[in-house]
Amino acid sequence: LDHFVENVKLLDRVSPRRSRVGTLYLTATHSIFVESLAPQRRETWVLHSLVCCVEKQASTESGCPLLIHCKNFQVLHFSVPQESDCLDVFLSLQRLSQPGEQKYEELYCFSYKPNVPQRRQEWAFVDARADYRRMGLPNSQWKLSSVNRHYKVSETYPADLFVPYSATPPVIVGSSKFRSRGRFPALSYYCKDNHAAICRSSQPLSGFSARCLEDEQMLEAVLRSNPHSDFMYVVDTRPKLNAIANRAAGKGYENEDNYSDIKFQFLGIENIHVMRNSQQKMLEVSELRSPSMSDFLEGLESSGWLKHIKAVLDAGIFIAKAIAEEGVSVLVHCADGWDRTAQVCSVASVLLDPFYRTLRGLMVLIEKDWISFGHKFSHRCSHLDGDPKEVSPIIDQFLECLWQLMEQFPCAFQYNEKFLITVHNHVYSCQYGNFIGNCQRERIELQVHQKTHSLWSFLWTNRADYINPLYRPDHSQTQGLLRPSTAPYCFKFQHNEVHVASLAPFLHPRQFGNNESDNQWTQSYWDF
Amino acid sequence: MYPFFYRPMFEVLEDGWNSFLPQNAFKGLESMTDEWRLSEVNKDFSVCSSYPSLVVVPKDVDDDALRKVATFRHGGRFPVLSYYHSKNGMVMMRAGQPLAGTNGRRCKEDEKLINATLRPGKRGYIIDTRTINVAQQAKARGGGFESEANYPQWRRIHKSIERYNVLQESLIKLVEACNDQSHSMDRWLSKLEASNWLSHVREILTTACLAAQCIDREGASVLVHGTEGTDSTLQVTSLAQIILDPSCRTIKGFQRLVEREWIQAGHPFQQRCAQSAYSNSKPRHEAPVFLLFLDCVWQILRQFPCSFEFNESFLVLLFEHAYASQFGTFLCNCAADRARLSLPEKTVSLWSWMNRPQELEHLTNPLYEANSLVIWPSVAPQSLLLWEGVFLRWNRSSKCLDEAYDEMVHIIEYNKELQNKVNCLRRQLAELETDEPVLQTP
Repeated sequence: LDHFVENVKLLDRVSPRRSRVGTLYLTATHSIFVESLAPQRRETWVLHSLVCCVEKQASTESGCPLLIHCKNFQVLHFSVPQESDCLDVFLSLQRLSQPGEQKYEELYCFSYKPNVPQRRQEWAFVDARADYRRMGLPNSQWKLSSVNRHYKVSETYPADLFVPYSATPPVIVGSSKFRSRGRFPALSYYCKDNHAAICRSSQPLSGFSARCLEDEQMLEAVLRSNPHSDFMYVVDTRPKLNAIANRAAGKGYENEDNYSDIKFQFLGIENIHVMRNSQQKMLEVSELRSPSMSDFLEGLESSGWLKHIKAVLDAGIFIAKAIAEEGVSVLVHCADGWDRTAQVCSVASVLLDPFYRTLRGLMVLIEKDWISFGHKFSHRCSHLDGDPKEVSPIIDQFLECLWQLMEQFPCAFQYNEKFLITVHNHVYSCQYGNFIGNCQRERIELQVHQKTHSLWSFLWTNRADYINPLYRPDHSQTQGLLRPSTAPYCFKFQHNEVHVASLAPFLHPRQFGNNESDNQWTQSYWDF
Repeated sequence: MYPFFYRPMFEVLEDGWNSFLPQNAFKGLESMTDEWRLSEVNKDFSVCSSYPSLVVVPKDVDDDALRKVATFRHGGRFPVLSYYHSKNGMVMMRAGQPLAGTNGRRCKEDEKLINATLRPGKRGYIIDTRTINVAQQAKARGGGFESEANYPQWRRIHKSIERYNVLQESLIKLVEACNDQSHSMDRWLSKLEASNWLSHVREILTTACLAAQCIDREGASVLVHGTEGTDSTLQVTSLAQIILDPSCRTIKGFQRLVEREWIQAGHPFQQRCAQSAYSNSKPRHEAPVFLLFLDCVWQILRQFPCSFEFNESFLVLLFEHAYASQFGTFLCNCAADRARLSLPEKTVSLWSWMNRPQELEHLTNPLYEANSLVIWPSVAPQSLLLWEGVFLRWNRSSKCLDEAYDEMVHIIEYNKELQNKVNCLRRQLAELETDEPVLQTP
């Protein structure tokens, strides 16, 4: 399958005169561009699984243009001298980058063979269950339930779940029948200091007037597990209008009259389709050829992207404050409880608990609240050629929330921006098995632990690259609850490499150190 | 005014009024080239009221010619040397607009003056900071631009840097946006965009980069002017030097730059920095020209955090003192006024206070590593930030950022300590090795 084309130009996105000539190789797993310029012979590697789409344009006198659009927003613009070669590469790349529906086994992670000693140890390195132990569970208020051990109660939930001590299996099963996808209220985060807890679920199948005794008992059990508070919050992360519309379909939200001692709240985060369109607009803005400042800001505003980030962060803050300041437990849900719920619970956890601001902690958090709780990674991140309406940048938004927090609290996080970007890349790259499939059950069927490698071990081995030098575990900024400001002007939209990755290597000469070659002449100001 | 009453509570080690005299700066130039001379034609400020008493002009142009050229340039601001690029001998000059008028008046001495900076067979660039339309309108009012017919060796570029009330409006709108309490992201972005502040920053920075590119990359000399030559012209020439000349990125070098390209060059600080954004009255000549310049410097500083000897606090301090100060440095509109009021005798210089070690300590950039690079900033919209340190200063606590800064300083100091230790131990090791060559295994 290996073939190559010589004399290919890799064009600079901003300054077409500054192109680099080299050889383009296609292997089974990567496209590799090797520059002819000795002695460096710089290499650019692109995983096929990271490729979103390939575009071949009409031939010009200088060659035949080939554009590779990547899922991490990088765009590589090649010029192949011969049209026939270009067509060859185009067709091959198209085939190589799209494994087709339901063909998980063709994903790169199943053939990736790094030099790693013990695969089993690799996977044991990060264990969601260990996090519950860290929280002090099981204890007198919360117990491990085996009700979903074989994924019979909820297919998309993990096998190991923590429920209130007083919740019996009939109550849990009854509640699951009243919840979309069987996703009954289960523990996400437990605060040792004041017994307040964050629980998560999906929407109740309440329609206009339906009730379920077991579901009401379930919530009461959650309430009673926190002896210090006489009420709990139930938080629906959807806009009120969407939740109400769901009632016509037999779903909906909790009626305060039916559930004892709950205070109900909508948090108004939009759905996956809105988010998908929002990101699309953002990418269009960042790919504009020579945008004016107005073009850029207008595009940013009309995309609504930062508005959504703010909404997620605001929701996380509400929940974190309820736990830490009021000592009140919270049940969070959206529609299916695997998108906005995951975002909001994990953001709240990061605000509440310094552990999740460490490298290890973030890995555990993602493993627990995203991977084990069934965020549909393969659908959302388009690992296979599936339904485009399922694709949405949900994990992207969570990572961006973290980045915004890191900007406000530079000493509070053990990890740096590069860590977030690397995680982001590998969510899409399918080089590691962590994010394959849409739930824990699927991953077990695919034998991900036996046949693929874990991203977390790789990251840990290379952790020197991901450590924030300003981090001090004993720093005042690092302790306790983080209280970010969400005034609109606090949200950064520049230097966000997740968004400008397509431009960054060429456009933004960041200089850290004395290396003259880092500051190459990169652009011509005539073009502006 | 306050500066006349202010008595310093500190010991003046070095009088800032004497730190950056033009005659001393010229000595540096003399050592690199003999193509220029220091002219005293404006000794009593009669040839050009806004210029300093000493100016640098091409060696072969005599004072009589200068007097003639002064009648052909707005405000008498004939072309003078702004910067000499030692790397290739190219220069940057600045002036007021040529008073060509609708009759297409010409001045041979003016042409000869600027042509004197061209190498044989090479063209130069004239950067007019106004759009062609604005320049045409100026022509109708007696001003104008250098025609191709009379200046065949010069290629003219038009940019579109705004002036006066447009800039003032922009600042007012920006400050208003920052004070908006509504917490709506759409509103914030909309107001930020409508203020156009970042657009102005971008245009000024791009023009300066263009000037620098012409000089360093294309090896051509450049003449910069707008209308009066006291606002956008100075933004461009001073920023271009930040890009081209590493010495301008040192603390003393930047002070020298501000002294030469702004204060002595006759930027009307008194008029421009009268009230700032909150005033009810809108004086006609008020405009945040110097603030925009500092904003652009800050953008470059952000992009090249290791290339500047000074830090953000230094720039914020200059911003503040330009508007209100107990020091006399930013008083008046030109050198003539300052001489007339005997400022150097009657007031204290900002530099006298600032250049004391205890002040410099807070203004020095811990990441600074001196280099000899020309640095090329990115002017993509994604790369330009809102200067929070100035515009959001009073809106939010900077505690976490300050802590991060302190942490960074600690790390760098600790690193230096360790480095010293390593060097020390290496020396000891070397000594031991030379002292005991016989200490080998039997």
